[in-house]
Amino acid sequence: MAECPVCAGEIELADDAMVGELVVCNECGAELEITGLDPVKLDEAPSAEEDWGQ
Amino acid sequence: MKIGLLHSLIRKEEKLLIEAFRNAGVEPVMIDDRKLILDFHTAPEIDILVERSINHSRALHALRLFESAGIPCVNSHHVSQICGDKLLTTAALKDCGIAQPKCRVAFTEESALQAIEELGYPVVLKPAVGSWGRLLSKINDRDAAETVLEHKSVLGSYHHSIFYIQQYIEKGGRDIRSFVVGDECIAAIYRTSDHWITNTARGAQASKCEVTDDVAQISVAAATAVGGGIVAVDLFESDGGLLVNEVNYTMEFRNSIDTTGIDIPAVVASYVIEQAGK
Repeated sequence: MAECPVCAGEIELADDAMVGELVVCNECGAELEITGLDPVKLDEAPSAEEDWGQ
Repeated sequence: MKIGLLHSLIRKEEKLLIEAFRNAGVEPVMIDDRKLILDFHTAPEIDILVERSINHSRALHALRLFESAGIPCVNSHHVSQICGDKLLTTAALKDCGIAQPKCRVAFTEESALQAIEELGYPVVLKPAVGSWGRLLSKINDRDAAETVLEHKSVLGSYHHSIFYIQQYIEKGGRDIRSFVVGDECIAAIYRTSDHWITNTARGAQASKCEVTDDVAQISVAAATAVGGGIVAVDLFESDGGLLVNEVNYTMEFRNSIDTTGIDIPAVVASYVIEQAGK
């Protein structure tokens, strides 16, 4: 279990969670990036940039 | 066999690809573009690189340097360069005689307005580099044209004064996204929306589209025109037949696996492993 850095809500990570993975907080909707697994660390994901996506 | 996977943020697609590679007995070497340092001579020790970076500009430049260091890349730098720029895509499709909407390019407000009026309203103004349906403008009349052109010139970076103007195609509320791997069109979806922009990133609904001969033929031809590899082709159904709208080189497919019944990441992984063995 991890804590959302935005709303302090609880976030359950999947067993195959990876550093760099995007997750969404179910309580506040914030997009978060897993930046560490041992211990678990979550940061707000970078905002979409002009050259993102397809 | 060492397969590198270039990424930044890891989305659903990257996780599905990692799983597909593992199912094929290959543990991908994860390469985060945010930590990457390239020296123009060497690259991480891998046999092939799969590009899955979310940033087009990082992908474009990293691929060039990986290839320069002798690493084959899927997709190649050439494909990323063509597909990442709508102007270059249109030129490549034109060179191969592939049907697409009429298009004009202009570099000033005045010439862009003239080009729009020559094409006839409505038109769609697109950034040459951009995605997910962002900053698209459907321009219905001269008032809107003058306003949007001025805003782009004054408020945008110089990229936004490369005016890419496309004929608006009445597409009946949907377009087709087809998936091409190598020389095969493996699946296709309809993207349906009440909005004229039918990107799933903008809320369009995905449903299965049969891969007819026509869909397969134009999709593979478009993929070949931009250099081949693994691409997603956006098609319009017009009165005159299928038209290629865009070709995407870091395709997203999370909404298309269950919809089509095709295990797209497994096909991609198989293709990459085959390419690595060549």
